[in-house]
Amino acid sequence: MPAVQETVERVKAIDVDQYKYGFETIIETDKAPKGLSEEIVRFISAKKGEPAWMTEWRLDAYQRWLTMREPKWARVDYPPIDYQDAYYYAAPKRLAGPETLDDVDPEILKTYEKLGIPLREQEILAGVKTSRVAVDAVFDSVSVATTFKAELAKAGVIFCPISEAIREHPELVKKYLGSVVPVTDNFFATLNSAVFTDGSFVYVPPGVRCPMELSTYFRINERNTGQFERTLIIADKGSYVSYLEGCTAPQRDENQLHAAVVELIALDDAEIKYSTVQNWYPGDAQGRGGIFNFVTKRGDCRGARSKISWTQVETGSAITWKYPSCILRGDGSSGEFYSIAISNGRQQVDSGTKMIHLGKNTASRIISKGIAAGRSDNTYRGLVSAHRKASGARNFTNCDSLLIGDGCGAHTVPYIESKNASAVFEHEATTSKISDDQMFYCLQRGLSSEEAVALIVNGFVKDVLQQLPMEFAVEAQKLISISLEGSVG
Amino acid sequence: MTAELSIIRTAAETELIERFSHVRPVLPGDGVVKRLRDEAFALFTASGLPHRRIEEWKYTDLRAFMRDAPPLALKPEGEAAARLLGQAPPLGDLATPQLTFANGHLVAAPSDLAGIEIVPLADALASGHPLTARMAGLEIARGNTALALNTAFMADGAIVHVRREAGAARLELRFVNGAAQSFATSPRLFIVVDDGAELDLVETHQGPDGLAYQVNSAVEIVAGAAARVSHVRVNDEGLGALAVSTLTVALGAGTDFKSFALTKGASVARHQIFLGCAGENATIALGGATMLRGRQHADTTLLLDHAVPHCTSRELFKTVVDDEAVGVFQGKIIVRPHAQKSDGRMMSAALLLSEGGTMNNKPELEIFADDVQCAHGATCGALDDDLLFYLMARGLPRPEAEALMVEAFLGEPLEFVVRDDVRDALAGLAATWLSERR
Repeated sequence: MPAVQETVERVKAIDVDQYKYGFETIIETDKAPKGLSEEIVRFISAKKGEPAWMTEWRLDAYQRWLTMREPKWARVDYPPIDYQDAYYYAAPKRLAGPETLDDVDPEILKTYEKLGIPLREQEILAGVKTSRVAVDAVFDSVSVATTFKAELAKAGVIFCPISEAIREHPELVKKYLGSVVPVTDNFFATLNSAVFTDGSFVYVPPGVRCPMELSTYFRINERNTGQFERTLIIADKGSYVSYLEGCTAPQRDENQLHAAVVELIALDDAEIKYSTVQNWYPGDAQGRGGIFNFVTKRGDCRGARSKISWTQVETGSAITWKYPSCILRGDGSSGEFYSIAISNGRQQVDSGTKMIHLGKNTASRIISKGIAAGRSDNTYRGLVSAHRKASGARNFTNCDSLLIGDGCGAHTVPYIESKNASAVFEHEATTSKISDDQMFYCLQRGLSSEEAVALIVNGFVKDVLQQLPMEFAVEAQKLISISLEGSVG
Repeated sequence: MTAELSIIRTAAETELIERFSHVRPVLPGDGVVKRLRDEAFALFTASGLPHRRIEEWKYTDLRAFMRDAPPLALKPEGEAAARLLGQAPPLGDLATPQLTFANGHLVAAPSDLAGIEIVPLADALASGHPLTARMAGLEIARGNTALALNTAFMADGAIVHVRREAGAARLELRFVNGAAQSFATSPRLFIVVDDGAELDLVETHQGPDGLAYQVNSAVEIVAGAAARVSHVRVNDEGLGALAVSTLTVALGAGTDFKSFALTKGASVARHQIFLGCAGENATIALGGATMLRGRQHADTTLLLDHAVPHCTSRELFKTVVDDEAVGVFQGKIIVRPHAQKSDGRMMSAALLLSEGGTMNNKPELEIFADDVQCAHGATCGALDDDLLFYLMARGLPRPEAEALMVEAFLGEPLEFVVRDDVRDALAGLAATWLSERR
């Protein structure tokens, strides 16, 4: 059956022509020459003041990238990308190492104000409890501000731009960078390894529960540039961190490339929660412009009983190619993936996850909702695999998609590979089988079955989204409550 | 990794290319058929044997499995054919008119069935039988290399035309393979069921263990409006065989189509089903039961095209994997734009009985219409310990308790088989397989 009216209206409210973050900040920028070459890689490395080992690492990645081909297996269709026709480095000019926020270009501060990102550290007022979030703001190729660094340092938490981490904490970076997403993992990850500019670095020491939410806000501003950020989060034994990521870009007729790599490492008993609200410019209703979003996100549950949870709300980008994954290496580790992907206009989304069960008694859970409207295509592509030694592995997958109108497409491509008899995998596309007990409990208390499903499936997502520091957290909330009545597998 | 790869032709690919140039002049058929063969073979020369980097063959790397291309089997004549057929036990006492094939060659066919025309394929191709013009017509199967290879080399098989006056027609296609040396065969069946006609088709494939032979068979069914077709396929090939089979089905409006495949034979088996709905209100039921042991590899791949509105399809495939065997299920339901009110449900369940077994499931949906119901499910796991305990607590020895549970597991898709006698025969094959478990 078709989608209910309420859903249609809510999806309409975030249609591509309703994009609110399409403004441009006019500032002077310092750019690398156009194109990609060994010199550009060296240029970026020099700009970041990197040690020689990092420059070599980048050059090695660049040489390998030259031998690779762009992957074609995803269900996305776009004109060939000219990798020589873009700037790989762009930074606001008045940014020679700002010491305080007062040194930052006021235009940039205004931009973040407009986007609703708090860059000023809020003081705790006596008797007033406010939720505080530390923010790393990345503007084109550089981090412009990182808040609450001092307070986090008191707890032993390192939260800084990755370029700073390479200089200040080389031992940690050397140990972990590229250990989850190897340099040659895939075409876009290799490109990122060669030219990544900024991103966040987080290290939470053993036994520390990070005292506040951490967040990075990515903004592409400059015309004709690509953004290649790199994020590395390490949760040491028994620690906990919750990290939020947001992204927007100006409205333009050209396509801009965004190829990020995110690596998460959770050691014994550690937990990482990673949430994304992806709202890159999606292009207009005719499919002109928009960001090409090719992202490699992977978490490694390296320690026993560790846990990594990905939550994503995807509404932006002309093309999304993104599969946040978990390698469940530690015994008893668990991975979660909650995703809501909404496509409008001519957006193309090919997104999903990979849950790779390597250790014993590992568990994973995948809840994915795709909503396609307009003339968009929305694909869920997910892999669940259990290796020989993954005894007692468990997975539950539930993916629903909903189509609004007959001009769009919704697709589901699950790969379920089991090499262990004691691994129990269930892939479900119907909402009635979430958990009979939970459903019964809710129904018994007078909820309709749809309300009950929404409550069960979304309860945890809401928890995460309520923490979002961004203005559109409210919208994200609305998205979560979108009815999937009439959904198909 | 997406590193650049240069493709070098394998020994089997080189052999196939050489063979085609040799046999092309003598293969039956005139200009139209020759063109069909050439187009099909061009697809093969362009892409080579399908390998794991081709999405549809991700789990069954035919290029790696097919190390060589043994010579084409010659037609066994007279006594040799009778001896070969005598070696294979029939599926059961089905009392159904039989078309028998020895090493892919039609050796016997009933000639006096009212309302059913049966023409040996070689004759039909050579004489330009009007139905040959409709062969290889299903669009969604066009790019398939295995089917293309069958089309290029097809030399024997049959064209079957079932008219309405045949009533509730029954036919059995009995394929028996065997020879002293390795061979290859590619039989082709083209079956047309007229508007309102009915056909019950049983297809069995048997062969000796310990012989590395290759079968690439294809059955094309075209069913007219309001036709009823039920099809059962049994793969009981020898354990050294490489058996690729293709079933293509084009359904008219209001047809009722059922197909069930039991797979227990072959070293490497791939059964692919391409089904297209050309008319509204068709009802489709596809089922399968696969039993694997040793180092067997069996792949069931299906592509269902809901191209028109109001069609209903149900798919249920179960796989039991023992020892170090590998089971594969790939299913894809496409709902085309405007194919509103389509209703498709696909389920694949697998049971891993041993430590070393592997199951790869890929149930896929591709939907372009907004008022449809589609669902897919996939499960994979071991026998339920609680149930096993329950049965053993009631005095059943473990092997028997396990067998009972496996039997129950496979019993569900067997319900897709319409005929009681055929279902009983299939249940018998499953029981035998279970009794052979160590």
